[in-house]
Amino acid sequence: MAAGFKTAEPLEYHRSFLKENCRPDGRELGEFRPTTLNTSSISTADGSALVKIGNTTVICGIKAELTVPPSDAPNRGYIVPNVDLPPLCSSKFRPGPPGEQAQAASQFIADVIESSDLINMEELCIEKSKLCWVLYCDIMCLDYDGNLLDACIIVLLAALKNAQLPEVTINKETDLAEADIQKKKPLKIHRHPVGSSFAVFDDSVILVDPTAEEESLSTALLTVVTDEEDRLCAVHKPGGTSLSGEKLQHCINRAITRNKEIRKLVDKVTESTKTAK
Amino acid sequence: MTRMSATRGLCMRTMMELDQSCSVLREYGSEQSLLSKPDGSSTFVQGDTSILAGVYGPAEVKVSKEIYDRATVEVLIQPKMGLPGVRERAREQCVRETCEAALLLTLHPRSSVTVVLQVIHDDGSLLSCCLNAACMALMDAGLPMSHLFCGVTCAISKEGQIIIDPTARQEKECRALLTFAIDSAECNVLISSTTGSFSVQELQQCIAISQKASEQIFQFYRDSVKRRYSKIQ
Repeated sequence: MAAGFKTAEPLEYHRSFLKENCRPDGRELGEFRPTTLNTSSISTADGSALVKIGNTTVICGIKAELTVPPSDAPNRGYIVPNVDLPPLCSSKFRPGPPGEQAQAASQFIADVIESSDLINMEELCIEKSKLCWVLYCDIMCLDYDGNLLDACIIVLLAALKNAQLPEVTINKETDLAEADIQKKKPLKIHRHPVGSSFAVFDDSVILVDPTAEEESLSTALLTVVTDEEDRLCAVHKPGGTSLSGEKLQHCINRAITRNKEIRKLVDKVTESTKTAK
Repeated sequence: MTRMSATRGLCMRTMMELDQSCSVLREYGSEQSLLSKPDGSSTFVQGDTSILAGVYGPAEVKVSKEIYDRATVEVLIQPKMGLPGVRERAREQCVRETCEAALLLTLHPRSSVTVVLQVIHDDGSLLSCCLNAACMALMDAGLPMSHLFCGVTCAISKEGQIIIDPTARQEKECRALLTFAIDSAECNVLISSTTGSFSVQELQQCIAISQKASEQIFQFYRDSVKRRYSKIQ
């Protein structure tokens, strides 16, 4: 009977749980789903990671290539993130060119990388105006159950921490680049941005870490990205109903606690891979 | 019969742009009903940034895109040069969700409302100018809305000064750029789109400054509509 009610009146079904201050999957309003992280998932990539937030599964692979730096920034390398939402992850994505959600997510990740100063781009430059690294980060969602942006940020951070780049020297005689595959160095990560997503229900209740159903029934979505110094790297609210100042402050406080939890997780996983080697 | 109506905002920047802390909006102006084919059209000019908006709706919608109980809103942003890319898609998502929250979509089920924005010149504060132009065009088309919205951009310079409605040069030199859409009913934040890093206090300050500036823009909307419709009598 509950299954029938859920299909016929999904909004009332969710409201009846919210009255008791909990959600259909048993979580509290401010509780995140269990998050698991795995690195070095793709052996052919220079760095990779897989994250699961509840059922949402996102994988990231990093390929580093050598290229000429752009003429307006000759002493910096660059990172090209791309978020792909294939039809595999959910029935609402059809095959073909990337849809609006995928493109908006790619732009958001590119903005977070730039805003948070994740990597110093000048360290990616090997020789000014001649050679630099470009990191292609391909983020693919394997199972879409809401909260895509948080998962993308975590998986990108973990994959960059996992990435190892060979040392490159330019041969003075032939003027060609030589990569020494035996010597590999990890990237230096300056900041650790972590995102927290919220869904606003009925203009009044704020749910943390919404599932796909909760996202479709919500009246507004908000993602707050903080770094380890409690500075905000992004406050992304792409429309929907309005949010008052104190609710926004409440979300920011929750995001700051979440940052500490995820950082511990990423550090633990990085440590375990190092000791395993 | 289209009626041209142009109104100029009465607020001007009196200080040199780069030196002082600017909590004053640039000179803004708008013109409505300038295109004959769209149901509603407007231009919005903020300083040198200029956007032309056209609204078609409620019109027929493709069966694949129709929603059984509401209208479908589509937003297209055409940049000045080249084809629309990923950046335009992100902006389109922001404008579309704001329009969806403001319009009374349930009055027109199985229809489409299309908002097309053309960038004429970009001199900073592009997203907020798009939002203002979209709102004026929706008003011109006569689509029922529950509240109006306006966009305000704040830039935080490297020294920590907050500059409102920055030019392109100020945007390049700033440490953080925040764009907010404010609604007219309760002056709350509808959209927040930020780049760069900033502290929580700076965020609260920017929101407060944007809410104050939005009052000026809403007064401008009211004046321009009053001036326009007082001629029809």
